[in-house]
Amino acid sequence: MSTNLRPLVIALGLLAIWQAVVWLSGVPPFILPGPGLVSAKLVEDAPLLLHHAGVTLSEILLGMLLGTFFGSLFAISMVLSQGLRAWLLPLLVISQAIPVFALAPILVLWLGYGLASKVAMAALIIFFPVTAALLDGLRRADPGQLDLARTMGASRLSTLVHVQLPAALPAFASGLRVAAAVAPIGAVVGEWVGSSAGLGHLMLHASGRMQIDLMFAALLVLAVIAIGLYALVSWLGGRLTPWRSERDR
Amino acid sequence: MSSNMDSASASYTDTHPPAPALEIAGAAVVFDGEELFSGLDLTLEGGRITCLLGPSGVGKSTLLRFIAGLAEEASGTVRLSDGSAVAPKLAYMAQHDLLLPWLSARDNVLLGARLRGQTPDIARAESLLADLGLADAATLRPAKLSGGMRQRVALARTLYEDRPIVLMDEPFSSLDAVTRHGLQALAAERLKGRTVLLVTHDPLEALRLGQRILLLAGKPAQLREVAPPAGPPPRDLQAVGMGEAHAALMASLQAAKEAQ
Repeated sequence: MSTNLRPLVIALGLLAIWQAVVWLSGVPPFILPGPGLVSAKLVEDAPLLLHHAGVTLSEILLGMLLGTFFGSLFAISMVLSQGLRAWLLPLLVISQAIPVFALAPILVLWLGYGLASKVAMAALIIFFPVTAALLDGLRRADPGQLDLARTMGASRLSTLVHVQLPAALPAFASGLRVAAAVAPIGAVVGEWVGSSAGLGHLMLHASGRMQIDLMFAALLVLAVIAIGLYALVSWLGGRLTPWRSERDR
Repeated sequence: MSSNMDSASASYTDTHPPAPALEIAGAAVVFDGEELFSGLDLTLEGGRITCLLGPSGVGKSTLLRFIAGLAEEASGTVRLSDGSAVAPKLAYMAQHDLLLPWLSARDNVLLGARLRGQTPDIARAESLLADLGLADAATLRPAKLSGGMRQRVALARTLYEDRPIVLMDEPFSSLDAVTRHGLQALAAERLKGRTVLLVTHDPLEALRLGQRILLLAGKPAQLREVAPPAGPPPRDLQAVGMGEAHAALMASLQAAKEAQ
């Protein structure tokens, strides 16, 4: 089957299963609305959904930028300096040991109901996967190539730029794919704890008013954002590492 | 450094002052808590190919890495007969091509210049590649090249560095016999006039290329001279006396291996 058609077939299959569950179980629409009802809601409330989707998407994107920036900074510092690594590694582990969800109320308290607390949540949740992936990639550079660079009179920095960073790109791209998948979770959890806009906020309010079809519509939009982001990051990763696809001859 | 298109195939001695000798004194290296050798003295005559043979694990590669300044837990001195610093005068070629998979053949040849922040001499890199029969491969990435082609790119990268001292660690050992034979001749030709230390486990390679042959054996390892065949490298393996020389060298290697 063509790889272009496969996602479409999977999406249609899931919709069919959803509709089948609605029909076979006889669950009333205020518990589980069918795809038809939710589609109607998607169209009817499109401006509302788009507005909140825009807020959530900005939180996710800003969080990814921030988390990737600090994650890369952390990983590169750890590779450049043994001394720094001894200090930063425990910090990295601690950053992962504290459940980010438990931090959500504190972040909302500190940073307010606006964008900042959700950006911080998304950044925190992707910090560990991004840092760990890049660190792993940087440390997996071929020791022979590093030796060669040394005999060529390369400085630490130029070795990093010309040898280690390109070698780490595939691992870094994997880290970013994980980040794209989990960043929306961070943003939405942040919105649930306290917010005035965003898809998480919309879902919470819809749930309070028993607007179950709106909840599902928001959920669908969120899924589309997450999948789109993942596909984009995957595609970018592939574009940045073209030599990987030709490795196996 | 000349960007003259003819420089690629010209002999080193035509365009450079004679390559200095490399003097190693009191070399001692500990590897995995074990002393591989200590108090090792060796002078590599300038402008000649010295082949270093020995059983595996004896410390051939480690001696090479020591000279290149890559060995940890090492002591001893390495100096050049002209008194200049060693590191900027040497080029290193390993068993694996060590090509960066994301760079084209040409950019791999230019790696040293990029790493040192120098302006890459693209014309020279291309003429070196063309000279080694890789004119059409300059823009291809390593994954698109055969093993022999990759090692030729590595040779071009070594030649681009244009250093009087060249250290080679079994550079042909991962190639098939035919490719290896061709590349040995090519390397001997292009490295003529430089001070070369070639580590190998192949006695035929040493007989073919070595103007001096050394056997590293024992624990801690010591060096022993083996008389090289007459004539300039690359030598014809069918020549009279090659068979006897090979048999004698094999016997020495065998004895060295049993003494391990």
